[in-house]
Amino acid sequence: MAEKEDEMVDKSSPRSIELPDKIRVFDNLKNAKRFAIDIGGSLTKIAYYSTISQRRVLYGPLNKEESASYEETLMYDVSEGARLHFIKFETRYISHCLDFIQQNLVNARDHMLGKSIKATGGGSYKYTQLIHEKLGLSVDKEDELGCLIKGCNFLLRNMTDEAFTFCRHATPEYTFMKAQSHIFPYILVNIGSGVSVLKVESEDKYERIGGTATGGGTFWGLGSLLTSAKGFDELLALAEKGDHRNLDMLVKDIYGGDYQLLGLPGDLIASSFGKAMHAQIQKDKSSETGSEYSEADIARSLLFTISNDIGQIACLYAMMHNMPRVYFGGYFLRGHPLSMHTISFAINYWSRGQVQALFLRHEGYLGAIGAFLKGAEECDSDKYSWMENLAGSAHELNFTIDPMQMEPVSPPANLVLGQLEMDRWEHPVTCFPILADPENYNPDTVDLNKDAEARNYWLECFRDATSKYVDRAIQSQPHSETAEERAHKFRDKYLNRLQYLQEKPFAYGNLTVRSLLDTIEHLLKEFDFPDPYLMQKKQENETALALLPARLQLLDQLDEMDKHHELVKAILAGNMFDWGAKEAAALMSQNGFGLDEASSRLQKRPWLVDGMDCWLRRLDGPAHKCAAIFVDNSGIDIVLGIIPFARELLKRGTDVILCANSAPALNDVTHSELQELLRKVSTMCPIIESSLRDSRLVAMGTAQAGPCLDLSRVCRNLTNTLVQKEVDLIVLEGMGRALHTNLTARFTCECLKVAVIKNRWLANRLGGEMFSVICQYESHGDN
Amino acid sequence: MFPWSSVSKTARLDSSQYIVATRQLWTGAIISDECQCAACRSLAMATTMPWFGMDIGGTLCKLVYFEPKDITPDEAELEVETLRNIRRYLTNNSAYGKDGHRDSHLQMNDVVVRGRRGALHFIRFPTSAMGKFLELAKDKGMATLVSSVCATGGGAYKFEDNFRKVLNLSLHKFDELDSLLYGLQYVEMNSPTECYYWAHPTLDGKCEKVGYDFSQPYPFLLVNIGSGVSILAVYGPGVYKRISGTSLGGGTFLGLCCLLTGCNSFEEAIELASKGDNTSVDKLVRDIYGGDYDRFDLPGDLVASSFGNMNSKDKRQMVSREDLARATLVTITNNIGSITKMCALNEKIEKVVFVGNFLRVNPIAMKLLAYALDYWSKGALKALFLEHEGYFGAVGCLLQLHCSSSS
Repeated sequence: MAEKEDEMVDKSSPRSIELPDKIRVFDNLKNAKRFAIDIGGSLTKIAYYSTISQRRVLYGPLNKEESASYEETLMYDVSEGARLHFIKFETRYISHCLDFIQQNLVNARDHMLGKSIKATGGGSYKYTQLIHEKLGLSVDKEDELGCLIKGCNFLLRNMTDEAFTFCRHATPEYTFMKAQSHIFPYILVNIGSGVSVLKVESEDKYERIGGTATGGGTFWGLGSLLTSAKGFDELLALAEKGDHRNLDMLVKDIYGGDYQLLGLPGDLIASSFGKAMHAQIQKDKSSETGSEYSEADIARSLLFTISNDIGQIACLYAMMHNMPRVYFGGYFLRGHPLSMHTISFAINYWSRGQVQALFLRHEGYLGAIGAFLKGAEECDSDKYSWMENLAGSAHELNFTIDPMQMEPVSPPANLVLGQLEMDRWEHPVTCFPILADPENYNPDTVDLNKDAEARNYWLECFRDATSKYVDRAIQSQPHSETAEERAHKFRDKYLNRLQYLQEKPFAYGNLTVRSLLDTIEHLLKEFDFPDPYLMQKKQENETALALLPARLQLLDQLDEMDKHHELVKAILAGNMFDWGAKEAAALMSQNGFGLDEASSRLQKRPWLVDGMDCWLRRLDGPAHKCAAIFVDNSGIDIVLGIIPFARELLKRGTDVILCANSAPALNDVTHSELQELLRKVSTMCPIIESSLRDSRLVAMGTAQAGPCLDLSRVCRNLTNTLVQKEVDLIVLEGMGRALHTNLTARFTCECLKVAVIKNRWLANRLGGEMFSVICQYESHGDN
Repeated sequence: MFPWSSVSKTARLDSSQYIVATRQLWTGAIISDECQCAACRSLAMATTMPWFGMDIGGTLCKLVYFEPKDITPDEAELEVETLRNIRRYLTNNSAYGKDGHRDSHLQMNDVVVRGRRGALHFIRFPTSAMGKFLELAKDKGMATLVSSVCATGGGAYKFEDNFRKVLNLSLHKFDELDSLLYGLQYVEMNSPTECYYWAHPTLDGKCEKVGYDFSQPYPFLLVNIGSGVSILAVYGPGVYKRISGTSLGGGTFLGLCCLLTGCNSFEEAIELASKGDNTSVDKLVRDIYGGDYDRFDLPGDLVASSFGNMNSKDKRQMVSREDLARATLVTITNNIGSITKMCALNEKIEKVVFVGNFLRVNPIAMKLLAYALDYWSKGALKALFLEHEGYFGAVGCLLQLHCSSSS
């Protein structure tokens, strides 16, 4: 670990370079295992694979020494995570970048000797020699379009919110698609210098069905001839300012208005640049009738001309092959709203809404990803799943580069234009098998892109809460000399991110409470705070365990109905013990705040959503076969709320799977902590003991590591077990899993959603008060 | 305001519904009951000469004049002097002012229009010179002869007020696409060498125009390349639908050429293009892949990116105006060819007829279209051309005037 912390503080020899928003790039180079490069005419993308070592707390039976402080007795192991890095920079700095890589391949150099680098893109021919010289690697050239498709498949499968539709001036303008397992067939339109239209039917079956020479190169070439813009981005910026109506002949220029017989509106372009001849002549002769035009007008007309044309041609191919999904990639778009708008408009217009134009958040990386994946065992889509690392990725969606800032001060410090990092899930993930409508499943209850009021509230809320996370992080490592510095870096980066999201809420895909929470977890991990709530959780678990025998005794004395009622109420009361919620945290800080105190704070029945009676009636019926309970907080919540509830189900003859996070998030109980807890409980309760022994009670990891729950990405082991055990009851507990997410999710079996609303704003929004209760029972028939 | 925003709300022609004209165009048995306007009725009563058809496009105004050749001595005596003067002015000149031209090589002698025998004359002038045209017509006394003129094209709407104010004439407007098809069919029937194709379009020595028998035309795709492009699928007499179009048309070629080379006319642009070479302006497949792109069967000399070399300052300095004009022509033409090909395949139509003034004095474009259609469809599609390229709308308009006047 010493080495890792050294790296954090060592500023004398930078091993990474910083993006404008303080994101480190070319990180982890010393651990780089394999490289791929996609060299385009203007932009180059480098991909590499590295293993990252992150501390992970081992939670298990410890030999405590009375004299040692708790932290000193903690055991860490170092987990080897796999990470994919994708870096984007301008091709003209390729030499600098290769030097930088060469100098920083500390451990990898020997390892890399004699190996090869996959290369794709038009420039892979031109720079073969340079790469070989700088890195000592032989260069394997990979087919460009094949790489694009491989990259596209990978992103569509693994990246949530990768694809989106764009509708200018709509609310929201960006509508994101979920990561899907069924991605074929589709059409990929790659807009590079020219345009290629590819039909993709499976991982291996694809063909180039056509294309057009009118592409990004045409825009750039004509733009360079007709304006003084210096580069592609300057041309785009110019187009933003122009008015195409000075050069394009509109329907109304010909008709004087709409052409109603054909339904052609007056503002439709009838002839691109159709007015240019007269505009020019009359400008020269200063005549009165000709329209004046500017360079910006030319750039805009040009952009419309090219984008419209590509949209129309793509649409014709899509209709010819009867494929309604068309993805656009390539350097032309680079998230530019005006281009995306024009293409979407053209596709919609010519297909009468039958064909959908879809764009990709990481379209620029397709080639590099694909080249990297060629023969990469580490990325086998059958074996591994990946997710975006929200800490390490920097996006340029809607990112127009100011040309004045393009000149690098001291290469390569400012030359990197963007990066993407993807982490491998520890376990492969898959879609939850019991969802009623997996294709349309959307975990998040509120779309903060769409809902400006909610967005402003939550961004502010998380901004306010940042200091709490910082304090907690520092406290969790009292003996570390670097904890404070790292925690402050965490704070700065998170606040920066919130600011960025305030301006560009769609930059990382859909903005949701879940994504904001996940970002915190990713950042904490990145700054080596593997589990800030560790001590807290441990103490609370122990406190709660001490109360458990008496609690079980009390419950066992109640009659059936009172007992079931009490069991649900205890889950609710237990759910108050949530350090993630500001007002609950304040209560918990009071001395002697226990289950009864929490219970007294709960909303009185009838609750905001009160399915209690339905649930109790259901319990009159036959026992469930197997229940899967997604648990929330450590301490009273899990020990006095969930475990007695599970115990009662076990007594009724129902098997129970307790599903917990695989890695820490806030004070949520983790899978390994849960196993340890159950071991302890089994010494107190024979029912738990025998159930564990008979595997009627099991604890399993969800693979997730955030306070929310995305059921489209759940550990494959868990889903296999759910199917095998024929789960017929799902219990979702807590705000994160039953309110921020999954409130509207429907299942093919019964479901109980139980949560206390510990946020005043949200409670009010849902029509209730602080500490309102959601107890929603959905019988199988509700579907 | 962003001009597209209102567009999607506007109702559009549903192409699933064919436009079935009420007139039986092909047989000449023409019934028109659609126009009951005052202008129409007055014309119907008078059938007053002169007979004109106008097609006022975005760039060019096409004027077709019927010159009666069967004037009897009695008639000649009755013919007012103004009318005689107009006839002589139009038929004795081939240029009118600075902007008007008569395409004398297209003149159709000995045709019958509504029982009268005579010649059709084909005249064009830039739509931007409409003001001058109106003044000229006024000087020639047009307004004293007739009270209405037949017109189609967008300008029939746009310039309606100007005709009324300057000439005191009302415009009798006809549908553009109906007129186009009607005119096409009439001219094709009356001009035996109207339709042709280009044999061996890429071989300089062997390339030639070959006559094509268009007497069994249906179905065919009609691609009208004016300022913009309209693509119609024609299934039978008067049965067609507009299936597509593009704003990248003749106007785009001319506009870009003017901006790129400083030329001032279509003729000049074509002249420049005929001397240029696009291969240094465009990025070819071989410029990217060093040769053919075998994986996808793309030949090395195929254009991969139109103007794709022009982002480089060095390469910009190496190209001439002629090269730029050629590249513009090739870009626009190939693009039209590409869209046409897909429309034809989608509609399962093999015969493609290209018309419109973009093709005037433009064999480069015609040969490119012929080659592109043949190449990309692997010989399945045939590109056909018509001698009277851009005048069909005006002819159709003229014929329809007389149709309505007979009812």
